This record gives sequence, C-alpha cells and structure tokens, in this order.
Amino acid sequence: MPNTPDTPVYVTDALIAEDIDAYLAGHEKKSLLRFITCGSVDDGKSTLIGRLLYDSKMIFEDQLAALEADSKRVGTQGQEIDFALLVDGLAAEREQGITIDVAYRFFTTEKRKFIVADTPGHEQYTRNMVTGASTADLAVILIDARKGVLTQTRRHSFLAHLIGIKHIVLAVNKMDLVGYDKSVFDRITLAYRAFASEIGITNFTAIPISGFKGDNITALSGNTPWFKGPALIEHLENVEIGAAADEAKPFRLPVQWVNRPNLDFRGFSGQLASGKVRPGDAVRILPSGKTTNVERIVTLDGDLDEAVAGQSVTLTLADEVDCSRGDVIAAADAPPEAADQFEATLVWMADEAMIAGRAYWLKLATQSVSATIQPPKYEINVNTLDHLAAKTLELNGIGVVELSTDKPITFEAYGDNRTLGGFILIDKLTNATVAAGMLHFSLRRAQNVHWQATDIDRDMRANLKNQRPALLWFTGLSGSGKSTIANLVEKKLHRMNRHSFLLDGDNVRHGLNRDLGFTEADRIENIRRVGEVAKLMSDAGLIVITAFISPFRAEREMVRGMLPEGEFIEVFIDTPLAEAERRDVKGLYKKARAGQLKNFTGIDSPYEAPEHPEIRIDTTAMTPEEAADLIIDRLLG
Amino acid sequence: MVSSDLQTESLELTHLDRLEAESIHIMREVMADAAKPVMLYSVGKDSAVMLHLARKAFYPSPPPFPLLHVDTTWKFRAMYELRDRMAAESGMELLVYQNPEAKEHGINPFDHGPLHTDMWKTEGLKQALDLHGFDVAFGGARRDEEKSRAKERIFSFRTASHGWDPKKQRPELWNLYNARKAKGESIRVFPISNWTELDIWQYIARENIPIVPLYFAAPRPTVERDGLLLMVDDDRFPLLPGETPVERSVRFRTLGCYPLTGAVESEASTLSEVIQEMLLTTTSERQGRIIDKDGGDASMEKKKQEGYF
Repeated sequence: MPNTPDTPVYVTDALIAEDIDAYLAGHEKKSLLRFITCGSVDDGKSTLIGRLLYDSKMIFEDQLAALEADSKRVGTQGQEIDFALLVDGLAAEREQGITIDVAYRFFTTEKRKFIVADTPGHEQYTRNMVTGASTADLAVILIDARKGVLTQTRRHSFLAHLIGIKHIVLAVNKMDLVGYDKSVFDRITLAYRAFASEIGITNFTAIPISGFKGDNITALSGNTPWFKGPALIEHLENVEIGAAADEAKPFRLPVQWVNRPNLDFRGFSGQLASGKVRPGDAVRILPSGKTTNVERIVTLDGDLDEAVAGQSVTLTLADEVDCSRGDVIAAADAPPEAADQFEATLVWMADEAMIAGRAYWLKLATQSVSATIQPPKYEINVNTLDHLAAKTLELNGIGVVELSTDKPITFEAYGDNRTLGGFILIDKLTNATVAAGMLHFSLRRAQNVHWQATDIDRDMRANLKNQRPALLWFTGLSGSGKSTIANLVEKKLHRMNRHSFLLDGDNVRHGLNRDLGFTEADRIENIRRVGEVAKLMSDAGLIVITAFISPFRAEREMVRGMLPEGEFIEVFIDTPLAEAERRDVKGLYKKARAGQLKNFTGIDSPYEAPEHPEIRIDTTAMTPEEAADLIIDRLLG
Repeated sequence: MVSSDLQTESLELTHLDRLEAESIHIMREVMADAAKPVMLYSVGKDSAVMLHLARKAFYPSPPPFPLLHVDTTWKFRAMYELRDRMAAESGMELLVYQNPEAKEHGINPFDHGPLHTDMWKTEGLKQALDLHGFDVAFGGARRDEEKSRAKERIFSFRTASHGWDPKKQRPELWNLYNARKAKGESIRVFPISNWTELDIWQYIARENIPIVPLYFAAPRPTVERDGLLLMVDDDRFPLLPGETPVERSVRFRTLGCYPLTGAVESEASTLSEVIQEMLLTTTSERQGRIIDKDGGDASMEKKKQEGYF
C-alpha cells in the first residue's frame, strides 16, 4: 500500500483478529461525534477528509486502486495520491474540481464513531455550511499556513458560532509547505485568537497539520517536535460532547405522533429534546397548560425506568388529557413559554429573496404555523460583521428580524435549546425550504393583536343559562362588609340556579394582580384588570359579583363604560369610617394608623363615595342577610 | 437486545443508541405529512434493520404502512422465505410487485444485461408507486455506500415523473424535515442514511434481527464466471459448456438477484465471524454487485436520476 514513510497508517485493532466478541463489546459502547470541516476551496479540506478516511482504514483496496488510477488521470498532486478525489462525489463537481453541496462521511476509531459534514467554502454557499453546522458538535476550521487568517476564515468562524457550535478546532494546514515553521503557526494562532474573541469565541484548539502528508492527524509528527499535541484524531476522540448538559436541562418532549393501536392504549411518541423523564414525574402539556403525571415509558424492548435527552420513546400519561402532534410535554415545574411574536436571526437559503409581510410556513420542532416577517432590523455582513440597513434578505443573507405567527408556539431561546429554538421557513407556493432561523426571545406588543370573530355571541350564551348577565359592583371602605354581603348574595343566587361568579379583591391580588401594589397607579390598573375580567365573564352569560374597595369614581365609571347599558349595577356598601375602623376585622386600620400600611383608603388615601349608586346599603341599619335579600330583589325584580 | 444496565451506567448514549433514536424520529416525522406512505423492502440486511426500526418507532401499534417488495423473480429462494416470514411477524401488509411487461418479455439477467435491472427494478418501482398512489417511500440506502449517496438528503424529492434533480433538493437543518409537496410529487425517505455497514451489523447482533442465512457461510453450489462466484440457486441458471457447479463454502456480503450477486469464499458462519471478516477485509461492500459497473464511474448517480435508488 503506498504511503509516505513518516505517516503512521491507522492500525486496525489486533483484537479484531484475536477476540472479535471482546472487540464488538467494546465497540458497542462507542460514542458519536458529529463535526464539520470548513475551509476555502484551496485549504485542502477534501484532502484532509480523504486522509481521515484513509488513516482510519475506511478506504478499501478496490477504492484505493481506483483512487490511484484517478489521481494519475485527473489528480492535482502529480503522481501522488489525491485524497480529494475520494470525497468529491457528484459527476459535475468532479469535472469542476470543487464540492458544491453538503456531503456526509463516516469513520470510526477505537474510541468514537464520527460523522463528518463536508461543507464547501465558496462564498455563495453559506447556506450549505449553516446546514452542515446545524447538526455538528464541533467545527474544524482549516487555514492554509501560507495564507493565514482570511476573510473566509472569519466567515466560517462566525457561522459556526452563530449556529451554536461550542468546540472550534483551528487546523493550520499545509505545514509541509512552510517547512513546519513554528513561527508561522504561532503567528496564525495569535491572529485568529484576536479575531475569535471579537465574535465571542472564547475557546479553540489550534493544531498544525498536513492533510496531504498526514502530519499530526492520527499521531504527533516528528516534523513538528515543538508541538506537544493533541493530534487531530486524539482531540476529536476526547472532546466532551455535552450530552450531560442536555440532560441537566428541564424535560421537554415535542409530540410527534399519537400512538393509538386500540381503545385501551394512548401513547405520545417523540424524541426528548432535553432533560430526562421517569414514570411518576409531574408534567405539563403545552400549550394547554394541563398537568398530569407520566405513567409509563413504552418501548418494544419493554418499559424503561428513565429516558434521557436524545432518546425516541413513547409516553403514556396518568390522566386523559388532550395532547396531539405539535404539543410539548414538559417538566410541570419548569415549562417553556408560548408566544406568537419573536425576534430571530434568519439565514436566507432560497434564490428568491425574502418578502416582508408574506406568510410562510414555520416549522419548529413538531409545530407548524403560518408566520409573517417584518423587514430586517439589520443585515449582518458575514465578512466584516458590520450591521447594515436592509429591506430584505437575499440568498445567503443573514439578518435579525421580527416575526409573528398566526397562533402561539411553544419555544425556548435557541441558545438554551436548539430543538425548541431552531426553525425553518417554507414557501407556501413552491414548498421549498427558504430559510433557517434561530429564536432570540418573544415580543409582547398589543398593537398587533387582532379581534377574532366568534359565531356564538353573548346573548346566545346567556339564553342558554336562562338569565340576563349583570355585574354587581360592590364598593365601600375596607371592613365595610362588602365580602360578607357579596358572598351571601352569591349563595342565594346559587340556590336559585343562577350562574354566578364572585371576584373578591383579596383573592384577585393573590393571582391575576399579584404584581400590583397600592399606589394610585397600581390601584387604577387593579380595577382596570378586574373590569376586563368581569366583562369577559358577563360576555359568558354570568352574573358577576365584585367586592373591591374601588375608591376612585373615575375607575368605577370606566368599568361601567365597558359593559352594555344597564348591566353595571353599583352597590355602595355604606359604612362610616368610624364604624369600619371600630370593627377592624383584619386589623388593618390599626396598622395604618401606626404608619405600617401606606396608602390606606380612608386614612392616607381618599375614598370617593358614589354619588348615584344603583343600590345603597346602610350596614348600620340592616343585617347582612337583609342586605343580600334587598340586592337580589333589585337585581331580579 | 437493549441493555438497560448499560444505559444507566453511562450518561452518554452510544452511537447505536443515537442512530436508532434518529431513525425512529425520521419515521415518525413522515407520518405527519404523508398521505400514503410505504416501506420498500428488499429483504437484505439494511431492509431488515429498517423494518426493525419501524416496529420500534410505532410500538405497540404495527407500523402504519405496508411493505412493498419490487420483485424481479430472480432473487435467492432464501430471500423469498424470509420476506414472507417477516411480513407475517410484523403484522404489516406485504405488497409484491412484478413488472408485467418484464414478465411478458421474459426479461432475465442472463440474456438481457442492464435491461434486467432497468425493467424489473427501476421501471417496476415507478409502476408500483404509481399504481398504489404512494406519496412517500422509505428506502434503506446509506450514505456510506457510494460517493454520490454521501450528498443525498434524508428526505429526497422526486418529480411527478420520479426524476431526481440535485439542484431541487431542500436543505436539511437540525432534525427538521420539510415533507411538503405538490400533488403528484413524491418523497423517498432514507431513515438509515447515517448508518455505516459496521453499524448495521452491530445493530443486527445487538437486537437479534433475523437476516437471510445467505449472509453466513455454508457449502453452496457455485460456478466461477467473469471473476465472480455465482450461486446456482435454481435450475434456471444456464450452465455454459464446461461449467459444473462446485460446492464451495461461501457467503454473500450483499444480496440482490442471484445471477448478479457475487459470493465470497468464507468460513464465517456466525454473526461475530461475519463482522470480523468484514473488519479485516480489504474490498468494499458493493464490489460483488455487477450493477455499479455499468456505465463507468458515475453510474449510481445516473441510475438515481433515472429513478433507481
């Protein structure tokens, strides 16, 4: 077999011949590393990959014979073997001598199996590199030792970083052509370090190699005694893949397929995007928010005790909850968000430029929705990394955009979770994949929210309940008796088969309005929200009862304005301040007087009594029972 | 069988675990958009692994699509036996298609050369897909088999006339596959794209997947012709003057039509021995197949553009 003298050929494990079963047992435990090689046309990328295949004995004699013949006929290395010919696949490329697409190669060593995405270095093929990088754990950036850090090097590094590759190898190639000069290697490494830190790459491993001669590929080369390692293969074999980090994240399983062989079995099939799951774990189904527990992890080989990130499984759940393709099953206590407006980075991959405002299909994990894109906030020049103004994105253009979807999607930032943050855009007419995107965060802006028409209106809902909706708005000082009377009113209505709902001031502040304090602004917002909720409930046909101090006249009038004429019934629970303070059921007046409670109505914050309430209750003149009866008389009478 | 001890021992999934999970994910993704999927089943070891993965992907349901065998009538007898057994075991419907035209003209590998593959397989496949209206067909091709396949997508698009245009193939990012298509167009999906020959063998061993016994060495009647060892599998084999079948211990590294598939002399009669021989061998897997050699260097690529896998 032809071989340059100082190149160690990858030696097949002696164990294969001696004890094949022992060899296989070991091989079964190998891990998998996916990486990409990026370099310019002449950096020797194909040669390096050909060399990796050759040295790891992935080239057979018949292929080698063909390679030798080809090398002499069309090779670029004279009479020597042109390894590039091993990997340049399609006929058209072989004639042009360049690779034009993403190709996947495979080799294996004693420790690991490798899948290499071979991505072209031509400027117009950013698309291919992003594609190859999307599944890679590591990137090998090739530099021609004679040329140093070029524009292309910056571009490849930026793209690898953009797509979230954590491990960068700087392979300074063709060291044989610069006399294995240490100073050349050092100068290039230094220049690259300066650039890398600029774009946020904090860590990389530089290795001086010759793909053609085989230096520092499988073993350290005698030609570079100044280089202490590791050799390229050694580094690839030992680098941490980060599977443990994925497992440490909260559990997420995008549902691919509902498995329903018969009426007794309903399973949810999918691949764990992150975390781990065990039977009994509390989970939340998104977007519905329903919670339940995992019952079983079902596989053909029997139920599992645990499944981890990367595994494809089928879960059954303890309760009959709605769950279908596109839903995400997540850890109940750490669910991902849902939103319909986002900022994202887009890489445009189609000949036709992006059209702002047009609807594209957006596919993220197993969710498919319709999405429209705003004109780019800016485009990124991949050579200079400058931000440029842009109205659209052309083929290979990279930009930051805002986009909105027709319904909320469950997502995470791409930096936190590739599966729930990476998406593709599909042209609705041609069905072509036109862009890849990475979500940054969701935007919350009300101006883009549109009313959705519904077929069933408020009258139809109320008719079904045999009642007229109304809002009994109780107002009065703290301790005036609002809650007590409101509660009695609801009990009586309930006995009369009326559908009602009591919104209590203290209860709402534990949930919906827990973020609000007692400043004037917060009190106004408190009432506005309660008004909106009460309005929705009355739209649903309910008799709504609210018990809030609601001290300001303007806000009570605001809520009155939200409802149809006659439905807002103001109930003034008229208890004098002195009487309320004497009762002091919750001890709040005492605290306020002591200065421990700020903005307390009646003490250091005003109460604007209603001038013309629909109902006035004098609590000093009647019992709560009597008051409730009076209110119901007025409401239904 | 999956050893659950192994999985809890090491945090990292092994390469076989990851390949398996990827293939299952691909098969389930197909079910989201496919109207009428089918699995092409050639009875070889790659098909065996693909079928096994399908059973895993949809368990406890049977795989929700039929198996399609595009038959040439010239497969090894042992292949027909295993085919029928596996279809019954998996609970899947088995469709067998034989090109009626090829049948009528008695097309065979001895008299018709490349026309045999073209009519029975390439044309037969197109006819079968059209006849049933299948819009997605799973195939067991691997990227490591041949140079032009290294660039093949996992979801490979075909025009309404089953043509393959390298420029119209869609970029595949992360594990997101775009399976949308217009009426009449179809997709070939290759769920074991990223498996190598060694992975296939190891997985067969790990999972105890039944394969055709021809992969194991046994005494078989053979003749040597044009540098290939051919097995005389039935009495349709026309012996040339002076040829007498000789009993040799042989096995097959790849299976197709018996008159087109070269055997290798071997004593490897167990799975471990077969893998051992494969690891120590010095010639590539497809060398025993005549098909690659028609039309020179770019022949597989040409075949793909014509609609062959």
